[in-house]
Amino acid sequence: MSTDNTATTEHEHHYAHHFKDAFHEFLSTKEGIWLFMVSEIMMFGGLFLGYFIMHAQYPAMFAEGASHLDWRAGSINTLVLIFSSWTMALSIHFIQKGLRNKATMCLITTIICGGIFMYIKYTEYMHKFHEGLFPGHHFSNTEAVAHNIGMYFGFYFGMTGLHGIHVLVGMCLITWILIRHLRGDFNADYFTPVEGVGIFWHIVDLVWIFLFPVLYLIG
Amino acid sequence: MSQGNHHHHHIIPFAVLTKVFVALVILTVLTVICGRIHLGALEAPVAIIIAIAKAMLVICYFMGMKYESNSNRIILGSAYLFIGIFAFFTILDIWTRIAEFSTL
Repeated sequence: MSTDNTATTEHEHHYAHHFKDAFHEFLSTKEGIWLFMVSEIMMFGGLFLGYFIMHAQYPAMFAEGASHLDWRAGSINTLVLIFSSWTMALSIHFIQKGLRNKATMCLITTIICGGIFMYIKYTEYMHKFHEGLFPGHHFSNTEAVAHNIGMYFGFYFGMTGLHGIHVLVGMCLITWILIRHLRGDFNADYFTPVEGVGIFWHIVDLVWIFLFPVLYLIG
Repeated sequence: MSQGNHHHHHIIPFAVLTKVFVALVILTVLTVICGRIHLGALEAPVAIIIAIAKAMLVICYFMGMKYESNSNRIILGSAYLFIGIFAFFTILDIWTRIAEFSTL
């Protein structure tokens, strides 16, 4: 607890005592975020590797699986996520420049984009379920040619599902950032949580940038 | 007061972020067109190359890696290094053992 004067309306950030200064704390926190990003890349990297190996084994089955996906929905979702990454990056830009209202608008837009992405994903999932396109041995579409096509949908639901969970977590984190921003926690000197959540949101975009062509286009 | 601290926060200009966004949209349209016109054997490499170009833009500008320290670059690079090792030994195993003696 500090005994500073509380004349300012903005909450002043006090860095932890084991850091030299606030900037040192910022750099250390960001390094931690980057280490976390490494674990994210490794996790999705493993799934992509599995996908490519199985794709090389059964190219015809994967092409048939991809033909069940709607490339239009995937394209729109790609644009939605890219737009949300732009507004996320802009929110940091505006906080750094002290333009608080614009930063608020950007954060809200980012959350809405996450919602749009999840809604489109939900409609895609529902469409698959109606057609019996389930993962593994739950697959029940009778028109399928390849006997092991359930594997394709195992990858599809596994990879997009894990990605979808990341979108939901990202939306929760940005909501937390928005609340703290409205409370006046952030300014040009202190915006570490916005930067960290921003990097997380961009990795969600990054994963989708690979998922979209791999699942929807190449097939 | 924090005025005494010498901060070096880099502000990525609005114009840079917007140009990156426009470039990402153009590359997305390009990858969709390439996917729809069916390039045959070139289809997968073209899609992956465009995805890597988009990923580089996101990493360098949106995630700010262009303005990061070398230690953070090494940290990020280590992720790709370890995926490379992982991929190398897994593919080696599939080619030389499973593809020879077993089925997947």
